[in-house]
Amino acid sequence: MSHWIIAPVILPAMMAAFIVLVVRFHPLLQRVFSLAGTLAILAVAAGLYWQTSDGTILLYQLGDWAAPFGIVLVADRLSALFVLLTAVLAVPVLLYAMGSGWDMRGRHFHALFQFQLMGILGAFLTGDAFNLFVFFEVLLIASYGLMIHSGGARRFRVGVQYVVYNLLGSTLFLFALGTIYAETGTLNMADLAQRVAALPVDDTAGVRVAAVMLLMVFAVKAAILPLHFWLPAAYAAAPAPVAALFAVMTKVGAYAIIRFFTLIFPPDLAITQGLFDSWLLPAALVTLTLGMLGILGARRLDALVAFAVVGSMGMLMTSISVFTPAGIAAALYYAVHSTLATAALFLLVGVVEDRRAGNALGYDPAPPLPGAALVAGFFFAAAIAMAGLPPLSGFVGKLLILDATMADPRMAWVWAVVLSTSLIAVIGFSRAGSAIFWKAHAPDTAAVATMAEDAPPTPALPMVAIGGLIAMLALVTVFAGPLQRNFAATAAQLFAPGPYISVVLDTPGRTITHDADSEEEAH
Amino acid sequence: MELLVASSVGVLTAAGIYLVLRLRTFPVIVGTALLSYAVNVFLFASGRLAVNQPPVLRDGVTAYTDPLPQALVLTAIVISFGMTAVVVIVALGAYLSSQDDHIDDGPGRDDVGEEAQP
Repeated sequence: MSHWIIAPVILPAMMAAFIVLVVRFHPLLQRVFSLAGTLAILAVAAGLYWQTSDGTILLYQLGDWAAPFGIVLVADRLSALFVLLTAVLAVPVLLYAMGSGWDMRGRHFHALFQFQLMGILGAFLTGDAFNLFVFFEVLLIASYGLMIHSGGARRFRVGVQYVVYNLLGSTLFLFALGTIYAETGTLNMADLAQRVAALPVDDTAGVRVAAVMLLMVFAVKAAILPLHFWLPAAYAAAPAPVAALFAVMTKVGAYAIIRFFTLIFPPDLAITQGLFDSWLLPAALVTLTLGMLGILGARRLDALVAFAVVGSMGMLMTSISVFTPAGIAAALYYAVHSTLATAALFLLVGVVEDRRAGNALGYDPAPPLPGAALVAGFFFAAAIAMAGLPPLSGFVGKLLILDATMADPRMAWVWAVVLSTSLIAVIGFSRAGSAIFWKAHAPDTAAVATMAEDAPPTPALPMVAIGGLIAMLALVTVFAGPLQRNFAATAAQLFAPGPYISVVLDTPGRTITHDADSEEEAH
Repeated sequence: MELLVASSVGVLTAAGIYLVLRLRTFPVIVGTALLSYAVNVFLFASGRLAVNQPPVLRDGVTAYTDPLPQALVLTAIVISFGMTAVVVIVALGAYLSSQDDHIDDGPGRDDVGEEAQP
């Protein structure tokens, strides 16, 4: 049994506690330990990805108790991919937070950041449905703290909406888990897969209700219409590095949908027939349309990027809801791409907000921001990627999704919505970019002189972080072929859950055995 | 027994949802608390209702109550307690910074995307 699987959970948990308790009053040490912890997670995540890349399924039994009685962590291709994606995202986001000084505009940024990582990584790795709930709560409670980091009336007000919405989501999750437990008597995912499949077809009302409730819970996390209301305001109001980290939080919902609805309620299961065809796909297409219309309708840059997140989740869920190996593989590629692209855009929003004078994120004319060429160039690249224009990865991702839906009976709908919303997104992004970066009015010379004196030195680290994200987007584009082969293998593994189930349930571990004598003594 | 548990879950949930829909922070917080009580009782019932039985499973013993939902409820109580504390603090921060305890974006309250940040 490899102990590395639990490292992505233990490491940030320890690091967060250490940062709060020991180096609370030392900003420099906080940064050093936070960065060191995140880099260590990246190394472990890369190791896990490498170990699982040949199709191995790694299992970790907590306390050595055998499943389904003990809690297990499982790393298969899908889990390892998302763990690696989170770690890869966390490093530039953390660098940005340090470089721009965001981490010191409130207290406990680094501790909350580490707890957030712990929750996200744990949710990707766990093999137990109730444990998934616990990790959801860990990542949510850290995100509540990060959301209102550095305060401000708007952030608090939106923060309340965000917290209340997610509290209701958590309550629904508990109801769903209670129903599942009442119907099947287990919460281990692999065990659930076996027991749900063995249920008699005419006695499944409870499990069907639970499946729909779970789908709703994950749809709240993934911001699928009509459960997306918390996202645009929350992501727009959150501090830039926090919003960038949140880019992977919506993917937790997408991951959970992929995991539950390939393992426990697979597409060929009779009792959940029609769930995706009649509900998930239309909802995803409407989400996509709404997100892209939001890009066009937004009147501030932060709202625009927040709606881009909604749109990208719609695109992702469109591909998932086809529920074919090709669809899942395309969705995985798009998930990687959209996480990196939205993170880059949110960080750029932060840069513009810090540097631009006046109503910084509005589209009104303002004096040109210092260092505009580089910022505008990065925005151009990230917007191209997000809108899905060639040559960057968004185009490849969109192409894969279109290809995956080719054989689907609703192909006309999917293609029409995907292609027309792309056009809307292009218009929205180009309007925002030209208003922010080009429609600068020439300020009078005196103002320029004072501005040049007043202007704080523009730190280089944020731009390095954003450049790193853009470079990763370019890499994802260049290595699209190998990545796509890898994701196809991941999807194939998901659609053949036999090895996953047997690894979880057949690995020996400790169990309680007691004979008649010990029972006599106990009495 | 079944009627009592079922109706308490139902009443608590209904009251919780009603209060959450009030969209002012105090009723909403009380509403989420009621919802979490409802879900705790519901989780208890998910292991089947058994009165005066030990929560342990041994060989040869047939009458017992399922111990797992009790562990689940304990976890859920701890988490919802922490969450309630967080939401109280965040709501207090929101109220103190804007002198307004509405949760929704009503008329007169700045909508995202319209007004400048301070």
